[in-house]
This record gives sequence, C-alpha cells and structure tokens, in this order.
Amino acid sequence: MNTTGRRTRLRGRPDLHTSYAQELTLFDTRAKRVAVAGLLVVALALPFLLTDEVLQLLAVCCVAAIGAIGLGLVTGYAGQVSLGHAFFLAVGAYTAAVISGDPDGRVIGFGITNIAVWLPAAGLLAGLAGVLVAPLATRLRGLYLAIVTLGLVFIGQHVFSEWSALTGGAGVGRPAATLEFFGQPIAATGPLGTRDQKLYWLMLLLLLGFALAAANLARSKVGRAFTAIRDRDIAAGVIGVNLARYKTIAFAVSSAYAGCAGALLYTITGFFDPSSFSLLLSVQYIAMVLIGGAGTISGAIAGAFFITLLPRFTRELQAWVPFLSAQPNEVPNVFQVETILYGVLLIVFLIFEPRGLFGIWVRVRNYWKAWPFSY
Amino acid sequence: MTELVESLLRGLGTGSVYALLALGFVIVYKATRVISFAQPAFMLAGAVLVTYLAGPLGFWVAVPVAAVLTAGLALGVERVAVRPMVGRPAFVVAIITLGVDVAVRVVVNGFIGLDVRHVGDPWGLRTVTIPGTGIDLQQRHLAALLATTVLIGGMFAFFRYTRMGLAMRAAAYDQEAALAMGVSVGAVFALSWGLAGGLAAVAGTFAAAGASVDAALWLIALTALPVIILGGLDSLPGAVVGGLAVGTIQELTATYQQHAPWLGGNVSVITPYVLMLLVLLVRPYGLFGTREVERV
Repeated sequence: MNTTGRRTRLRGRPDLHTSYAQELTLFDTRAKRVAVAGLLVVALALPFLLTDEVLQLLAVCCVAAIGAIGLGLVTGYAGQVSLGHAFFLAVGAYTAAVISGDPDGRVIGFGITNIAVWLPAAGLLAGLAGVLVAPLATRLRGLYLAIVTLGLVFIGQHVFSEWSALTGGAGVGRPAATLEFFGQPIAATGPLGTRDQKLYWLMLLLLLGFALAAANLARSKVGRAFTAIRDRDIAAGVIGVNLARYKTIAFAVSSAYAGCAGALLYTITGFFDPSSFSLLLSVQYIAMVLIGGAGTISGAIAGAFFITLLPRFTRELQAWVPFLSAQPNEVPNVFQVETILYGVLLIVFLIFEPRGLFGIWVRVRNYWKAWPFSY
Repeated sequence: MTELVESLLRGLGTGSVYALLALGFVIVYKATRVISFAQPAFMLAGAVLVTYLAGPLGFWVAVPVAAVLTAGLALGVERVAVRPMVGRPAFVVAIITLGVDVAVRVVVNGFIGLDVRHVGDPWGLRTVTIPGTGIDLQQRHLAALLATTVLIGGMFAFFRYTRMGLAMRAAAYDQEAALAMGVSVGAVFALSWGLAGGLAAVAGTFAAAGASVDAALWLIALTALPVIILGGLDSLPGAVVGGLAVGTIQELTATYQQHAPWLGGNVSVITPYVLMLLVLLVRPYGLFGTREVERV
C-alpha cells in the first residue's frame, strides 16, 4: 500500500482512506481544494470590486476571525468555556499600542512601529497572560471556569480604566499601534492601492496564516489531545493525556491568537479606549464560535464574518422597517435590534442547529451529494 | 470604631441583596444543574416594573406584584428557551441564558429610557441612629436586611416542610430517581426559575432603593456570581453566607480604600472577583459546595 497519500485515492469515493496520512490531509478532496482556491482568488480580487468602506468592514471581519479561531481552539476544540476573551484581546491591543506608541506622547510608548515587532510581542504577552490564568483552568471545570474567566474581564476592565498612563483612561483612550513594515507604511494610500485596499489584503493574508496554523495544530498530537479533553476529560487522563499541560497549551495558544487579533483590530479604526473590552465583547466572540460551529476552523471564520457584518445588515434593515430609528436615543433603534439579535441568534442556533453555520453547510452538502434521493 | 461598625452594617445591607440574588442562582443550579446568566435581566426587569407600578399601586403592593410578574417572565423564558435543552451539556444551556440576558436587558433598558426612574421606596437615604452608640444606619439597608431574613426564612421553611419543597430537594438530589417516585421534574424546573425570577425582582428593588434605576444596575447582579462561587454552587446556606461576606468586604474596601490610592478609585467594585479568585485557589468548590465526585 502506498502511504504517500493522494494518488491512491479513488475518484468519487471521498470517504475512502487508504493511509493515515490521507485522513490527516487538510484539503483531502479535489472539490475541497478547488473550492478553497476559488474562494481565495475571489477574496484576493475583492478590493477591485468593492468600495473602500466595505473593504474596511471586511478587514475587521478578518481580524475578528483570527480572534474567533483562537477562542475556537480553547472552547471548541479543548472544550474549556472561556468568557475572558475580551481580557486577552485587551492585553494584546495595549502591548502593541505601547510598543509602537509615540515616546513623547501623553501615554506610554516605545516608538518601535514595525509590525514585525509588535505583532509577535502582542501575541507573546497575551499568551503569557493565558499561561498565568491556566492554573485556575486546570483546577476548575465547566461553569466554575466560565465564571472565573468572567471575573477576569471585570478585573481587567478596572485595571485598564484606572491605569491611565497606559490606556489614556476611561472615555479618553489612546491611539492604536502604527501599521508599518520595515519603514514601509502599510496603512497609507500609495501606488499599490488605497489605505483600505492594503489593509484588507494585509488582514486577509494574516488570517490565512493564522487559520492554516490553527488547522495544522488541530490535526497534530496537540489537537487530538484537545478533542480528547473536550469529549471526556477523565477518559483523556486515563489514556495518558496530561490534562494540566494541554489545558495550559490551549489557553496559551488561544490567548496568543486573541492578543494578535486585539493588536490588529484597533489599527483599522486607529483609536480605542478601555471600555471596549467589556463582557459584551466576550459574548460576541462566544457567539462567533457557537454560531459558526464549535470545533471547526472554517466555522469560526464564518461566524466571525457573520457577527461582524450583522450591524451592517441591521442598518440596512432600517430601510425596510419604518418604525426603527437610526438615532441611539430613540426607541426602538437599530442598535437595540442588533444587540437583541446577538442574543436571539445564539439561542436559535443552539436550539435548532448546534453545529452552527458549519452544520448548515454540511446539511446542504449532504442533500446535494445524494440528490435526488433523500439519503 | 464608629466608622468600622457603620461600614459593616452597610455591608450587611448590600450583602443581603447579593444573598437574595445568589439564592436565585443556587435554586436554579440545584434544580437544573445550570447557572442562569439571565438573572441580571430579571433583576433589572423587576426593578423597572416596580418603578412603573409604584405610582398607581404604592410601593408595598408594587413589589410583590412586580415579583410575581418577573417570576412569570422567568417561567416563560424557561419554557421557551431552556426546556428544549434538557439533557444537553450544561455550558450550552448557560450560553443560552446568556443570550436571553442580552436580549431581555435591551428590551428592559428601552423601558428605562432617558428619565431618572425611582422605585418609590419610603426610605430614601434617611438614617436611624442606634440609641446610645451614635452609630448611623441607613433605613434602606435595615429594610433590605429584614426583607432578606423574612424571605430566606420562608424559603428554608418551604424547602423543609412542604410537599413541593420536598420534591425540589429530591429532584436536586437525583432527577431520575425523583421522576421514578412521581415527582414532576418539569414542574420543579419551572418553579425554580419562577422563584429565582421573583427573588431577583425583590433584590433589584432593594438594590435600587435610595438611588435610581439605570442600565448599570445589572452589574450588581453579576456580583452574585462570585458570591455563589464563594459559597459553593449548590449550597443555599453558602449563598447567604457568601452574599453577606462579599457585601461586608466590599463595603470595608470602599471605606478604607483611600489608604491604598495605587489601587485606583472604585476598587471595591472588583473586590468580589478578586476574593473569588483567592478562595478558588484554595477551595475549588467554594466554601460550602459539594465536592464533585467523578465515577468512571
């Protein structure tokens, strides 16, 4: 039997694996390879088709997807419910902002604006924060852990809003990290394209890198240990998975992803203040993971795009529903509808399609696979 | 000395609000093995209902009516969003209640609007002086403490002496065995949510007494989460003791935090969470919680 993989596959038999390597391949069927390549080409070509405003939104989606993949690793793959994602986003955002900040400015800054420095640093520091939290995570299970991580968000919010030398203080904020790569400003209109076009490409490429890394992690020994812990932690311990070690790894990696996402997120808008990192942000990321489909990378990406684009859609909704107001001080307004939708969508998905958007896709695919028969 | 005793008494006042909320959490947890993150929304809903009802009905009628209405709301939520999820992992149901909380709170905030709304309590910020000592005690804290004592007494009597209370205890102990003995576990679920909703409404009213109802009131309800972790998720006495302890420590921090200015203002807001982290490092199941025994 040939163990090198693809060539021994039978056409039209996607589920027939003749070697272990085949089972582990990321894009195992030709249809999948073609679809991913096609999607990538479309995604790369989008800047020529869409307006800058939409591109900026899509760039935010890409960054949110990085964060959601991170939460997906710890909650979806390793099964540890974390409501503390907003805290790790904050750690990353502030690390990046401090490293690249203006040394003579109102807030702390070291003036190293190279993205090749501050992005890894943000990931590293947030990952360290994750390792510090992990001892609690290895001692606690289920809902206890959820509440403790929720406490983390509140403690973090207090520290960040009081430490005004770092954060600029509540309601004031500070500028985000500067996007610059070895002397080349990225976020500036130039011969290569407008600011938003370049932002979008950058974030898309970063998302691609982070997503591939996560997918590779998930199919490695570490990823298998994560799923074993999620499915039954005692059984995992019995077959020799070191629970403390792998839970720590899960938290570290997830927090590092969150840190990178936090660092990048606010470069798009350019400014942020400590009140952004509230419980609602954590809930949004939980919603991304669960609505997209827990335990899948593509699901986390889909969920992130869905949740991030949701405000845009509710704003469009206003044209159709005349009694909705676009003013935040009138009732009912689109912002309320938006927040209600987060809650209601969470409930609806968990009750009717627990596998999320990914599950809907699987259903659609299976329907057409057997068409015209029902199974 | 006076300062210390006064802040202790204030702490017992706020602590009794936490105790009521925590009791709701624990009752729901014992019956359904789920932490209901929807409690903050019920608390806010209850307080807002009181602000609307206190005008036409008067405060003393408005509070029980609001409690009953909030209990009804909680029953509805349980029936629509939680009952279909029986048998699913606890964390999934917890996230659903989180969704309920977010959605319900937006609707309730809509009813607060931009006006300052008062619950119309008869106490305001007036104080009574304990004779002979010169210690001032706010009437609203005294009232909260009394109301909590009465409610908790009633609750414990209910669990101890009534058939339904016995059924709830049985269901909390072992759902399947209770079902086999003829206990309607569905009714137990519904009643526990209703009780939690009613308690949350009363707690909300006392939390807003002497101040106004605004959207930030729900943060008080979240403080009940460290309380139940502190006391142990499945312990009713733990909820009461934890609530009073957290309230007292919070008020003591508020009184003495000027001696540690580097902690920043309002550090008392996060003391419950810090306390929770410290206790969990030593006792992972809280002070009175049952240790989970895993059988394979």
